[in-house]
Amino acid sequence: MSKIKLTIDSQLIEVEQGVTILDAAKMINVNIPTLCHHEDLCVSGNCRVCVVEVAGRERLEASCATPAEEGMDILTNSAKIRNARKDVVSLLVSEHNTQCTTCYRNTNCELQDLAAEYNVDGDKYMSVLKPNIEIDKSSWSIEKDDSKCIRCQRCVRTCAELQHVNALTASHKGHEMKISTFMDLPFNEVVCTNCGQCVNHCPTGALTERRYFDNVWEAIGDPDKHVVMNTAPSVRVALGEMLGFEVGTRVTGKMVTAMRKMGADSILDTDFSADLTIIEEGNELLTRLKKALVDGDTSVKLPMITSCSPGWVKFIEHMFPEHLGHLSTCKSPQQMFGALTKTYYAEQKGLDPKDIVSVAIMPCAAKKYEANRPEMNDSGYRDIDAGLTTREFGLMIKQAGLDFKNLEDSDFDSIMGESSGAGVIFGATGGVMEAALRTAYAVVTGRDVPFENLNITAVRGTEGIRNASIKIEDCLPEWNFLEGVDLNVAVAHGLKNARIIMDEVAAGKSNYHFIEVMGCPGGCIGGGGQPIPTNAEIRAKRIEAIYEEDMSKPIRKSHENPEIVKIYKEFLGEPLGEKSHHLLHTHYRKRNRY
Amino acid sequence: MSNTKLKKVDIIFSPYSVAPYEILRWMMEKDKQDIIDNLIESGLRGRGGAGFPTGLKWKFMASEQGDEKYIICNADEGEPGTFKDRKLLVEVPRKVISGMAIAAFATNSTKGYIYLRAEYNSLIPSLKRELDVYHEYAAKFGLDFTIEIFSGAGAYVCGEETALIESMEGKRGEPRNKPPYPIQNGYKGKPTLVNNVETLASVSMVCRYGAEKYKSYGTDDQRGSKLFSLSGDSLKEGVHELELGMKISDFVEEFGDGDTKAVQIGGVAGFCIPRKKFHETVIGEGNTTGGATMIFNSSRSMYNVLHNYLDFFAEESCGQCTPCRVGTQQLLKGIEAVKSGDKPIAYLDDLVKLSRTMKITSKCGLGQSVTNSFSSIVENFKEEMHH
Ligand SMILES: Cc1cc2nc3c(=O)[nH]c(=O)nc-3n(C[C@H](O)[C@H](O)[C@H](O)COP(=O)(O)O)c2cc1C
Ligand code: SF4
Ligand code: SF4
Ligand code: SF4
Ligand code: SF4
Ligand code: FES
Repeated sequence: MSKIKLTIDSQLIEVEQGVTILDAAKMINVNIPTLCHHEDLCVSGNCRVCVVEVAGRERLEASCATPAEEGMDILTNSAKIRNARKDVVSLLVSEHNTQCTTCYRNTNCELQDLAAEYNVDGDKYMSVLKPNIEIDKSSWSIEKDDSKCIRCQRCVRTCAELQHVNALTASHKGHEMKISTFMDLPFNEVVCTNCGQCVNHCPTGALTERRYFDNVWEAIGDPDKHVVMNTAPSVRVALGEMLGFEVGTRVTGKMVTAMRKMGADSILDTDFSADLTIIEEGNELLTRLKKALVDGDTSVKLPMITSCSPGWVKFIEHMFPEHLGHLSTCKSPQQMFGALTKTYYAEQKGLDPKDIVSVAIMPCAAKKYEANRPEMNDSGYRDIDAGLTTREFGLMIKQAGLDFKNLEDSDFDSIMGESSGAGVIFGATGGVMEAALRTAYAVVTGRDVPFENLNITAVRGTEGIRNASIKIEDCLPEWNFLEGVDLNVAVAHGLKNARIIMDEVAAGKSNYHFIEVMGCPGGCIGGGGQPIPTNAEIRAKRIEAIYEEDMSKPIRKSHENPEIVKIYKEFLGEPLGEKSHHLLHTHYRKRNRY
Repeated sequence: MSNTKLKKVDIIFSPYSVAPYEILRWMMEKDKQDIIDNLIESGLRGRGGAGFPTGLKWKFMASEQGDEKYIICNADEGEPGTFKDRKLLVEVPRKVISGMAIAAFATNSTKGYIYLRAEYNSLIPSLKRELDVYHEYAAKFGLDFTIEIFSGAGAYVCGEETALIESMEGKRGEPRNKPPYPIQNGYKGKPTLVNNVETLASVSMVCRYGAEKYKSYGTDDQRGSKLFSLSGDSLKEGVHELELGMKISDFVEEFGDGDTKAVQIGGVAGFCIPRKKFHETVIGEGNTTGGATMIFNSSRSMYNVLHNYLDFFAEESCGQCTPCRVGTQQLLKGIEAVKSGDKPIAYLDDLVKLSRTMKITSKCGLGQSVTNSFSSIVENFKEEMHH
C-alpha cells in the first residue's frame, strides 16, 4: 500500500492510501464527533455530524466516509464546521423524544453527549417528532422505541453484517423513513434471534433490552421468596466497566458481595452449570461418535454443534430448520442451572420449589427469550424466573447504593457455586470447545490434553472461524474405536460466521466432528447484554480477563469440579441418564424465515 | 460571446436520415480516442442535471480496466413536470441507443441497461422492438454489447446515479458516498458510466454532425442545444429544443402569457428567477438547466409554489441523512409557522441559513440543492411568505 501526505489542522501527516479522514485524524489525537459510524460496521455516512472542511471545497465532507487524499488540507474545527454540526445535532433533537430523564440510556447516550457538547438550543427548531409512536414491547428480549431513533442504521448494519439475520431494515422514505421489521410486524413475530447486538450498537435508547429487574427487587423484598442469583462467566469481566473500573478488570469477588448486600438469599455460579454442560455435551458427542463409527448408525448427525448460545439456537431454527439434528440437545448452562435450582437445590436445602425465584444474570439478551420458552419448565416450575443483562445488574448495584469499588471480595455460596477454569472460559469464543476437549480427551485417554498448561491456543483468538485437529492416541480400552482418529473441531462466533459454517454443513461438505457456535462477536464477553460501548479492543480485553480467571482457578477441568462429581453421585446418576435427559436436555423447532 | 437570442432548433428530434445504426458503424471505423476527443471538443455537458462534461466522463471511463464495464442510460425522469426523456424514447429511441452503443465502443464496455422510470413501463414493448433492431445491427458490426431494460423503483431519488445503482442491485434506493464514483465502482462494483437519455441522444448528434457544427450552437460556456420541459402559465407547454445561452427575458417573451412574474429553471432543484432579474439572467449560467422549466404569472402565490416544492422534498428525500430528512421538514413547517404568524418574519432568515447548512452537509444532490429554490423564492418573494 502506498502512503499519502496530507495536512490536518495544520499538522502534516502521512497515512496509508484509503484511510478515511476520520481515522487519519485519530492518529494525531484529533477527535471528530460521530454518530452513525461504528468501528464494527461498514461505513454509512448518513448522520453528517462528522463533517470537516477540505480547503478549496465549498461543501463539507463526512470524514467517516471520505478517504484522505494526497495534499488535502483539512480543518476539523472552524466556525463553519461548528455551525454545521450544531445544526445537524439540533435537527436530530428536533425529531427526537427528548425525555432523557426517563430514558434507559440516560447518561450513556451518544446523542445526549453531542447535544450537551454543542449546547443545542431546543427551541431553535420546532418539534417534528411523529405523534403517537408506540413502543414495540412484544419481544421477551428487545424493546424498540422509534421516538428515540436517530435513523443512523447502525442496527440495520449490525443485523445484516455481523449477524446475517436481516431482521431490521430502513423502510419508507422522506419524513416517514424509519427502521422496520419485515412488514412492520411485531418483533416477536419476525426472524430476530434476540441476540441484542443491535442494542449494543445503538447509540441511543431506541433499542433496549426488555427489563425485568423490578420483578427481581420485588422478589428480594418478599420474605416468602427464596431468591437464587447466578451469574454467567462473562459478567464478571465486564460488569466493572459500568462501575468505575478499567475495561478488562475482573470483579468476581465484589460482584458476589454486591449480590449478597442486595439481599439475594443465595449467590451461585452459572459456571457450575457450564461445567455440567461440558459433562453432558461431551458425553453426547462421544455417544454420537460411537454410534457413527462403531454401530454404523447413519441417522446420527455429525458434526454435533453446541447449543448454549440461545441467539444461535433461534438462528438455526429460523435459517436451517432441516438441520436441527446437528444441535446438541443440551440446554444452555442458564437453563440447566434453573432446572436444578428447582429440584436438586430445593431438595438439598429443604425448600419448596414454588418459593424459589431463580434469577440469571447474563451477558445476553437472547437468554431472556430462552428463559420464557414454554418448554423450559421440566421441573414443573419455570427453570428461570428472570433473566437480567449485565447492564440491568449494574444498574441494580447503583440503585442499591453500594460503593462497588470499595466492596470486599467474597465467595459464591454452595451448593452449585463451585466451578472450574473450564467453566469460566465458556464466556469467550472458543471456550466451550477448549473446555470440552480438556474433559473429553481426559475421559478417552486418561491423560490431560497435550498442551502446555492445558491451554488449547489453536481454538482461542478472534478470527471469525477457527479450526483445529487433535489426534487421539493411546485410548483407554473402552474408547478403542477412537484410536488414531483425528478429531476435527471448529469454532465460529457472530451469526455471520455461523451461517458460513452452516452452509458447509447443509451442503454436506463439513468434515468436522464438533463445532462451537456463539451468536455474538467474541462470544458471551461481546454479548448483547454487556456494557455499552463495545468494539474489538474492548472485547479483546474482556477475553484476556477470562483467560486470567481460568489460570487463577485451582481446578481447570470440568469433570474434576467436586460439586459436579457430587451431583452425579447424589442426584443425576450418570451423564445422559434419565434424570439428565428429563431436566438438562431439550428439543428445537422450525421457525419462519422473515 | 456571452449570450444569444432565443433560437429554436430542430436537430434532436429530426427524422432518421441514414440507415439504422449507420452512425455506430461510422464510429466503429474510427479511433476510440478520437471519438472521445471529438466529444470533449463539442463541449457537450450532461443533461441529467449536474452538467458534467460528457467527453471527460467518457475519458475516465475508458481508462478504467475491467472484464465487465456497464453503461446505464438514466431514464428515471422522476421530477414532476418533466417529459423530455420520455419524448426522446418514444420518438427517436434509435438516437439514444446509438449513443449507448458508441459509448460502449469508445470505452470498451460490455453491457448496457436502460433504467426506465416505473411509470414509463408502457414504453417497454416499443423499446424492445427497437432493441431487437439494434442487436441485429450490433451483431452485424461485430459489437459485443447488449442492452437490457430495467424497470425503475419509482422514487425520485432513484434518478440519482448511485441510488439508481443501489436499486438495480435490489437494494433500497439510497445514494452512496462519493468517492468512489460509479465510474470507479458502480453497478455490482464494476466501472459504470451513467448518462442521461438526452445526453446520449445528443452524443449521436455530435457524432452525426461533428463537434464543429454542434459547437456552433450556444455560447462559449454552454454548447449546443437543449430540451426544455415547459409547464405552468404558458400557452406553449411541452418540450422545446432551444439553443443554449439565452436571457430569461427572451424566454419569457416567447413562452410567457404576458403576465409572468417568475420563472423556475432547473426544476425543483433549480432557481426561481423574479421578474426584476429577467434581463440580467442567462439560462444555464450560475444556474442549472435540468428538470422542468416553470413559468408563473402574477396570479400565483409563491408561498404555495414553495410549499409544493418542500412537500415534494420532504417526501422524496430518501431519508437517510439528517440534514435532508429533517431539514426539509423544518423548512416546510417553518414557512407554515411564519405564514400563520406563529413565528416572526425573521425566522425566514434562520431557515435560509438552515438550507445553506443542508447544502454543505447533505449526502447527495437532493438535499444539497434544496437551498436553490428555497432561498431564491424566500428572498425574492419575502412579502408573500407572511400574512
Ligand atoms: C435527486 C436526484 C435525482 C436525479 N434524477 C435524475 C433523473 O431522473 N435523470 C437523470 O438523467 N439524472 C438524474 N440525476 C442526475 C444523476 O445523478 C446523474 O448525474 C446523471 O444521470 C448523469 O448523467 P449526465 O452526465 O448525462 O447528466 C439526479 C440527481 C439527483 C441528485
Ligand atoms: S435516547 Fe439519549 S437523547 Fe434520547 S431521550 Fe434517551 S438519553 Fe436522551
Ligand atoms: S434504532 Fe438505534 S441503531 Fe437503529 S437507527 Fe435507530 S438510533 Fe440508530
Ligand atoms: S437482536 Fe440480533 S437478530 Fe434481532 S434485530 Fe437485533 S441484531 Fe438482529
Ligand atoms: S441528501 Fe436527501 S436524498 Fe440525498 S442521501 Fe441525504 S436524505 Fe437521501
Ligand atoms: S459519523 Fe460520519 S456521517 Fe455519521
